[in-house]
Amino acid sequence: MATDPKTSLSAASLQSPMPSPVSASAPTVTDSVCMSLENVTISYGSFEAVRNVHLELPRSRVTAFIGPSGCGKSTVLRALNRMNDLIPGCSLKGRVVFDGHDIYNPKVDPVEVRRRIGMVFQKPNPFPKTIYENIAFGARINGYKGDMDELVERSLRKAAVWDECKDKLQQSGFSLSGGQQQRLCIARAIATEPEVILMDEPCSALDPISTLKIEETMHELKRNYTIIIVTHNMQQAVRVADMTAFYNAEAVEGGSGKVGYLVEFAETEVIFNSPGQQATLDYVSGRFG
Amino acid sequence: MFFDPSLSRNRINKLCTTVAGVFATIAVLPLLLVLLYVLWNGGRLISFQLFTQLPPAPGMEGGGIGNAILGTLIVTAIATLIALPVGVGGGIYLSEYSRSGWFAQAVRFSNDVLAGVPSIISGVFVYGLIVATRVFFNQSYSAMAGGIALAVLMLPTVIKTTDEGLKLVPQELRWGAYGVGASRFVTITRVILPAAFTPIATGAVLAIARAAGETAPLIFTALFSPFWPEGIFNPIATMSVLIFNFAIMPYEAQNALAWTASFVLVVMILAANLLARWIARAARP
Repeated sequence: MATDPKTSLSAASLQSPMPSPVSASAPTVTDSVCMSLENVTISYGSFEAVRNVHLELPRSRVTAFIGPSGCGKSTVLRALNRMNDLIPGCSLKGRVVFDGHDIYNPKVDPVEVRRRIGMVFQKPNPFPKTIYENIAFGARINGYKGDMDELVERSLRKAAVWDECKDKLQQSGFSLSGGQQQRLCIARAIATEPEVILMDEPCSALDPISTLKIEETMHELKRNYTIIIVTHNMQQAVRVADMTAFYNAEAVEGGSGKVGYLVEFAETEVIFNSPGQQATLDYVSGRFG
Repeated sequence: MFFDPSLSRNRINKLCTTVAGVFATIAVLPLLLVLLYVLWNGGRLISFQLFTQLPPAPGMEGGGIGNAILGTLIVTAIATLIALPVGVGGGIYLSEYSRSGWFAQAVRFSNDVLAGVPSIISGVFVYGLIVATRVFFNQSYSAMAGGIALAVLMLPTVIKTTDEGLKLVPQELRWGAYGVGASRFVTITRVILPAAFTPIATGAVLAIARAAGETAPLIFTALFSPFWPEGIFNPIATMSVLIFNFAIMPYEAQNALAWTASFVLVVMILAANLLARWIARAARP
């Protein structure tokens, strides 16, 4: 009986985009919830990093996570595709629902989750392979059977890095500049055709020009993908994000360190112009953090 | 403003530089002397027949060490075939599957202890385990037993270098692979192992070079044979045991062959070390 509500939920979320498959920008599609966090608490060992997060991430939108260092925004991001599994001692309470299923259900395969929810990391991390193989790797292990040349070109074009590497596809991924490497990593994430792309401070190691290009890439991508980005750069959040979640950290009595929590989640415009919480206002106006 | 060599700090500086230089020279002297001495004594007999002929019977002249060269290659190959898969697999387990579990800690510690076990102990161990019990087709001394004894010696080096080499692979690379939906197996075999190829290959070649020169474990296990190798389950001649046997024989021809074999063995091990350096350099991007 316990599985019944879940299956009906997944059926509902599958059906909602169906009535308007032609107009992709129809509000019925874009306003649907892609992922939701229900009372999520994440701990490293006995230390709680972030507590009681409730969040509904909308589909085909860019959502930014902002907040001071140590508030748990990266931790929450990594929880969305079970990347935290790789960190020893990390545990999660609550539910992270994607496509009608709790991805922390013991029956769920984390590998399958990561195929549908891709990730771009803070530091560009191309594989020590050729540019072509960097893109083809993910697609191949996901059982992609189509025209690989075409997929490589399409992915690199979507990540706005095709022009810079079309003449050196057989060279090492390291031969590119930092900004190009990061866009290669975005192309690599796109190539597996995920539904969601998580970005953990993707521009923090890049110069302003490369940052601008990656932001343009994000604007292109959000038509087809749900993007969730962690950023320390508030201007970046204003430029790219439709929705913004502000996290903060506070000391708790009896605890050894600060515990992160979600303060406010709303449209980016609201967060930066008329936030509902004093802490949000203080942070976005530069009074702390 | 100007450099004054008579100042005490400058004199001490010069003295220390000189002392360190002298010690460094002394440190490389053994290698140079060994090479020159072996070349002087053994280089004279280098010829084509050395590699193609069997050692002469006691009291006879001429002959070669062809069977011992072939035997060393066979025994080392057996050892490599055993130690490389086990060692690389063990290193992968330590680094990728159980980074700091109690079992991994125990394996790491025993591996370090095994690295310090004298080579003769490894020989006695395999003698007791395989030679004395005649487990292989009722054969006692055999190339197989020799190879296993050498594999025991190679194992710690291979495990250690694999473990350390894999730890050098940046964590971001693992995340990147998992992030595109790679399973752990695919991540390790297609991304992590290729990235760590250089240190693993270097460690393996050094371990092979070390094993190829070992004598003590082979005396009890591979024994010796004056004939060409007769399969891997029979006693086999090896260079190091040939040197050990022939150097103390009261015959001129055998003593000369021992010197020549020393020279060939040193050159082989030197070549393996150079190969390891070359691998390390060639694979660097």
